[in-house]
Amino acid sequence: MSTSETEYLKGKASEEYKHGWYTDIESEKAPRGLSEDIVRYISKRKDEPEWLTEWRLKAYRYFKQLIDSGHYPDWAHLDYERPDFENMRYFAAPNGQAQYESLDDVPDEILETFERLGIPLEEQKALTGVAVDAVMDSVSVATTFKEKLREKGVIFKSFGEAAKDHPELVRQHLGSVVPYTDNLYAALNSAVFSDGSFVYVPEGVTCPMELSTYFRINEAGTGQFERTLIVAEPGAYVSYLEGCTAPMRKENQLHAAVVELIAHEDSEIKYSTIQNWYPGDEDGNGGIYNLVTKRGICKGDNSKISWTQLETGSAVTQKYPSVILAGDNSVGEFYSVAFTKGHQQADTGTKMQHIGKNTKSTIISKGISADVADNSYRGLVKVSANADGARNFSQCDSMLLGPDCGAHTYPYIESNNPTAQIEHEATTSKVGDDQMFYCHQRGLGEEEALKLIVNGFCQEVLQELPMEFAVEAKELLDIELEGSVG
Amino acid sequence: MALLEIKNLHVGVEDEDIKILNGVDLTLDTGDLHAIMGPNGSGKSTLAAVLAGREEYEVLDGEILYDGEDLLELEPEERAEAGVFLAFQYPVELPGVSMTNFLKEAVNSVREARGQDELGSADFLQYMRERADMMGLNADLTKRSVNEGFSGGEKKRNEIFQLAMLEPKLAILDETDSGLDIDALKNVADGVNKLRSEDRGFLIITHYQRILDYIVPDHVHVMLDGKIVRTGDKDLALELEEHGYDWVREEAAAAA
Repeated sequence: MSTSETEYLKGKASEEYKHGWYTDIESEKAPRGLSEDIVRYISKRKDEPEWLTEWRLKAYRYFKQLIDSGHYPDWAHLDYERPDFENMRYFAAPNGQAQYESLDDVPDEILETFERLGIPLEEQKALTGVAVDAVMDSVSVATTFKEKLREKGVIFKSFGEAAKDHPELVRQHLGSVVPYTDNLYAALNSAVFSDGSFVYVPEGVTCPMELSTYFRINEAGTGQFERTLIVAEPGAYVSYLEGCTAPMRKENQLHAAVVELIAHEDSEIKYSTIQNWYPGDEDGNGGIYNLVTKRGICKGDNSKISWTQLETGSAVTQKYPSVILAGDNSVGEFYSVAFTKGHQQADTGTKMQHIGKNTKSTIISKGISADVADNSYRGLVKVSANADGARNFSQCDSMLLGPDCGAHTYPYIESNNPTAQIEHEATTSKVGDDQMFYCHQRGLGEEEALKLIVNGFCQEVLQELPMEFAVEAKELLDIELEGSVG
Repeated sequence: MALLEIKNLHVGVEDEDIKILNGVDLTLDTGDLHAIMGPNGSGKSTLAAVLAGREEYEVLDGEILYDGEDLLELEPEERAEAGVFLAFQYPVELPGVSMTNFLKEAVNSVREARGQDELGSADFLQYMRERADMMGLNADLTKRSVNEGFSGGEKKRNEIFQLAMLEPKLAILDETDSGLDIDALKNVADGVNKLRSEDRGFLIITHYQRILDYIVPDHVHVMLDGKIVRTGDKDLALELEEHGYDWVREEAAAAA
């Protein structure tokens, strides 16, 4: 890359984060630190049944055991200070209310917060065709279009509500894909999880609208631990999207979510993420630690789970949305764009576990790195001995913008069946001088040219996003690139 | 009037002690088509690159006036906006960037510079279809990513198509004919002939005479070792075809 372009790409991180403001609202917070009492407190505040409190406590004890024996998941290509679990708050309810009966009870400040984020919660103002569950800190403040969904038998509500209204469904599935023993952060989440969404689509039903949860961290010194559980009964279809933002703060904040997807026979779950947590300032101070466990199981034959993610925020991201392909002929997909700039670090990828026969997985990962950021793809394709006819295609492309950033690829393949077909392609490219010059010669300035080239690079992934969000995703990428080229 | 005036142009490679152009003089009037011929390594493509504003070349001496203004003062995109177009010898691929998006941005950026309104999506698509028809370009190409997976011939045709889209005042074709079979060559020549006009100058850089069978130049220059050593009309190209470049080289040496 020529000198002028290098200079031109410098100072990317100085670009201001658009959602960095804070809503000044009284919040009821748990005291700092973690103990069995805190776990009980959270469970009590949420009016949970006894079995759930017990489940949380078991998870907490497991977490404590891992901490006491020093079992931190430090294996990723990430360099950051371990979160100080004792100095963090595990529950914050804006306005002191752990749940809201209706939108009328939600204070204006909170409605305005979401309105400002472009997520109006009044149904008449909302994007038609998209139902939203809005979560601020530890509490779901509203879920739109519940009635309309209920007509079809689709359940879409906050996790807290679901645990009360549909205890049998929640109990049956909670922790069935990501047990609390999975890893340190899954254990922590299981112990202290606050709101998130619960989705249930009954047999043969195609969910009539996009479902979406918007997560907002507002309070300082608080972690967010959402839990999402999506169940698609035989023949069902659902498309779900999550979006995330947080205020700018000097200290790091922890976001440790668990997402579980269960797809029965002939069903399909499409899960999309637009992650735009606060990434920290230009010197690398502050920002969200986004340490997330996401996994789906294709339980039934001919089922399909598809993950699409656009990761542009967070100081540190570690997540591997995965699929267990248990049913015969089941399909798993992972489409990812991870954009890191400034001091951001991302270690992300997927695990595709082929167990059923004739299972198929596709992995398309695009990593873009600028400034001094580090971006790693880490993926595992595992084929069990009985998974005859398993097929995988992986493509991992990295793009470097500037001389000081890093891109790494760690693909792991473990095949125990001779009939498996596994293909892996990887490329690393720089935005070439030739490409830039070609664009300039057609009248495009630096920024326009770079946006065009980067958007093109991500096209294969962006086109997988639901239409309602594809525009938002493109705009987000454009904004990311804007400061990048000042 | 003179659209382009190149005066005593000396060019080297940035950071290296290599000189490529050693005093090029050339004047091109609006409406005229000039051909520059010369053997490999004579500096023809460097001249094209310098005109378009490639960074790795350093102008050591001389000047270039475009429309009476100092061309060397302008950034590459400003030159494009001012109406300078280069048909690349090796057009690059832009994976995932659709021809439609790319050309819409390009056309509108040039229109804006000319004080014209930007074209909306519907108008742009209409315009693109018309131009594709006019140039005999397979409409499927406009639905693909820029140059991605295009054959050599398709890439060259795409350059001429872009020329038609952007309607420049000065069109520079850098060895557009190289690597083309006869049908593709005729197609490209057809396109150029359709685009010749009173308000447009052409500078066609070529290695071979054969393209000039289809595109008849007003002036022909021969470049050797970074200098224009001979200038004539279309017949000069035929002489070169017959006698080769050695003939000009000997003549130039004798004159020196």
